[in-house]
Amino acid sequence: MTALPVFRSPRWAALTALLTTSVLLTACGSGTDDSGTGSTQPKSGGTLTFAVGSDAGCVDPQQVASNETIYSVRQIVDSLTDQDPRTGKIVPWLAKSWEVSPDARTFTFHLRPGVTFSDGSKLTAQVVKDNFDAVPKLGALATLAQGYLSGVKSTTAVDPLTVKVTFEQPNAQFLQATSTHSLGIESSASVKKTPQQKCSDGVIGSGPFVLKQYVQNQSVTLARRSGYDWGSSLWSKKGEAYLDKLVFKVVPEAGVRAGSLQSGQVDAVASVGKANEAALKGGQVALLRRANPGVVFGLSFNNSRPVLKDAKVRQAILHAVDRQQIADAVFPTGTRAATSILAHTTPDYTSLAQDLTLDAAKAKSLLDEAGWKTGPDGIRVKNGKKLSLAITWIPNAATNQPALELVQQQLKAVGIEVTLKQVQVTQLAPALQAGDFDAAWGNVTRADPDILRSSFSTRLANFYRLPATGLDTALSAQAATTDPAKRAQLVSEAQQLIVRNAYYAPVVELQTQLGVTKKVHDLNFDASSRIQLHDTWIG
Amino acid sequence: MRRYVIKRLAQAAGVLWAAYTVSFLVLDYLPGDPVTAMASAGMDSGQVDPKQLAALRHEYGFDKPVLVQYAEYLGRAVRGDFGDSVSTGRPVTSTLADALPQTLQLTGAALLLAVLLGGGLAVVATYTSRRWLRQLLLSLPPLGVSVPTFWVGLLLVETFSFRLHWFPAFGNEGLKGLVLPAVTLAVPTGAQVAQVLAKSLLTALDQAYVETARAKGAGRWRVHVRHALRNASLPALTVVGLLVGQLIAGSVVVETVFSRDGLGRVTAAAVTVQDIPVVQGVVAFGALIFVTTNLLIDLVYPLLDPRIVVASDGRASFA
Repeated sequence: MTALPVFRSPRWAALTALLTTSVLLTACGSGTDDSGTGSTQPKSGGTLTFAVGSDAGCVDPQQVASNETIYSVRQIVDSLTDQDPRTGKIVPWLAKSWEVSPDARTFTFHLRPGVTFSDGSKLTAQVVKDNFDAVPKLGALATLAQGYLSGVKSTTAVDPLTVKVTFEQPNAQFLQATSTHSLGIESSASVKKTPQQKCSDGVIGSGPFVLKQYVQNQSVTLARRSGYDWGSSLWSKKGEAYLDKLVFKVVPEAGVRAGSLQSGQVDAVASVGKANEAALKGGQVALLRRANPGVVFGLSFNNSRPVLKDAKVRQAILHAVDRQQIADAVFPTGTRAATSILAHTTPDYTSLAQDLTLDAAKAKSLLDEAGWKTGPDGIRVKNGKKLSLAITWIPNAATNQPALELVQQQLKAVGIEVTLKQVQVTQLAPALQAGDFDAAWGNVTRADPDILRSSFSTRLANFYRLPATGLDTALSAQAATTDPAKRAQLVSEAQQLIVRNAYYAPVVELQTQLGVTKKVHDLNFDASSRIQLHDTWIG
Repeated sequence: MRRYVIKRLAQAAGVLWAAYTVSFLVLDYLPGDPVTAMASAGMDSGQVDPKQLAALRHEYGFDKPVLVQYAEYLGRAVRGDFGDSVSTGRPVTSTLADALPQTLQLTGAALLLAVLLGGGLAVVATYTSRRWLRQLLLSLPPLGVSVPTFWVGLLLVETFSFRLHWFPAFGNEGLKGLVLPAVTLAVPTGAQVAQVLAKSLLTALDQAYVETARAKGAGRWRVHVRHALRNASLPALTVVGLLVGQLIAGSVVVETVFSRDGLGRVTAAAVTVQDIPVVQGVVAFGALIFVTTNLLIDLVYPLLDPRIVVASDGRASFA
């Protein structure tokens, strides 16, 4: 998720759309709409200017969690492994091979020889150890990275190019974690710096691009690393990247981003919302989209609340929500209605579309069975109490409010009263911890199904107050399984248990949408729906 | 004159302290805290480990009693040290020092434009003897005050950047990049200058001394500019002092629309993540600029109108 300026109201979005649409009208009149003008042969050189909406104030990949900052810092570091966005399979990068112990506690990586960092130092097992030893110390400054390494017992350099990571508990997700930017490998000199120094001065990586300049709230400038020769096995180009330079400009206003792309002031823009699609369609711009893997946008229930304790009530909510209407009305074109707790781009996703159908009659009969009878104002009542719940949400995306207003209307139609409780970003975590919520709106991006365990295991934080059930067994078992087929089956079981018991109401898959001019080629999404720019060229 | 200056300085210090204290109390009263904000920045779900948050809170001293925190902050602030930003770890003073020149450029240019355009509009509107022209010109300032700044900004970007390609749509680079944001910010400000100046010019033109000047044979333009404008500029000068505060506030919107770095962006970012040290620094700094400007204006008054010092020595305060 990305932080958006606080004044981004729907009215603001509409106004922006209005203004940018008029750009489109003039652009269409004169545009040649000839996408064949560029060459089809990849060529080296050139600068890619990419407008993003926000700056997290930090250029250390191990610390940042905001998508738009990841776009730039991801290019500085390499990871031990990479993940194929099509299959979800983990493939070699800095590690040419690895072994996982049958109990999923020990991971041994064999590093590729000859890799150097941009300060000239060599990649060795000791450097990897230094990284993995330092990350947990970043603590809350690096929530993602720290989470991936939680429960690590030791990291040892077996020989100069072999590193072994051992966990106290089975931890199958770790292999995918090594493919993320959060566990990108930094040089020993970088690792020794304070978290703040790494944030403001940047880090030394072994990646295809090197940080040249970072001006907070303004821009991140990267230059091609010459002599780079250890790219991910997924990349089509061997050796160095095509582009000479990458410039990420921070442009907070969505309408200005869209207009800048249309008028050729930038080559690509991030976070294209529904309001700006019209302005960008046609002409020299292509819209690239991919659903974010992980837990879909939806309502996480506080399953201990008296009203929500009853599975029938939760299931009624599941069937009362018209997911397609919400996806179509509020989210960018191509956004899919949720068909499971996981997005379809997550490895081991299982379609549960049959369990997530819109069925108002079924919702009503479930509520009848649960003893909630329709009251005089249409809202259901039981023992003199109204069937009412509050949805807690944070304004971190422009789509949140309109989506929830639709949910509110849809639930009202079956007799459930919903109030929307907006809190600030800083208030959400304390509310979840204290259990001070009925339902909360959100999503989690992660390209590994283990995200289900972090969110739903009663043996961890258990923010959603689930009772201990067979779900725990399935979640723990998938974390301990190295056999892909068996893991897929366990993950599928976990998805079914969550959806059929309606512990969570899945609504829509979050979609990342970028706008790119047609002279930019091969700007590709990675498995986490972020971008990889090594293969990107301009022609 | 000396007593007047000392009294003004003491008042300025009082305003600074009050601004600092009030902002501290408000930030403390707000729900949530900066450490949670930092840890959940970019996270989708707010699922952060409470133990780590507690450790981080301790590290930054947010677990101390409020009064102790206040005393520590204030003690350091007096020495010009506002601590480190919670979200970036950089010293607040250098964060502000980096942003300041950008904002000074923007607000300075906007103020200059506002005075020139607003003042010019007022003078022309009150000078013209064509009734329809006067009505038309005098109807512009209320319009300028009431249109939202971000709308003006987007309209200008749309026309002069996306369509005509004359100016860049974003960034801090060069004079070209300054034009659109400065004009945007100058619209409401200039409109206010025009409103106040036109009103007091019209009042001044009815005064007896104007008649006297005319009777002595001074030309119409000379009477208008040398006599009436000089007297009418006092209320407008007071307004300029207030406008400086407004310009700084307006820079939040303008810097966001035009993607400029500056105090406005720093403020917006710091408020979003409740970066208390930065917000405190911005408030203290904004108050300092505001107080200094008004102090300067107060000191200029007696030069324009010697009666003011006499009056002020006798009474507690004015303006």
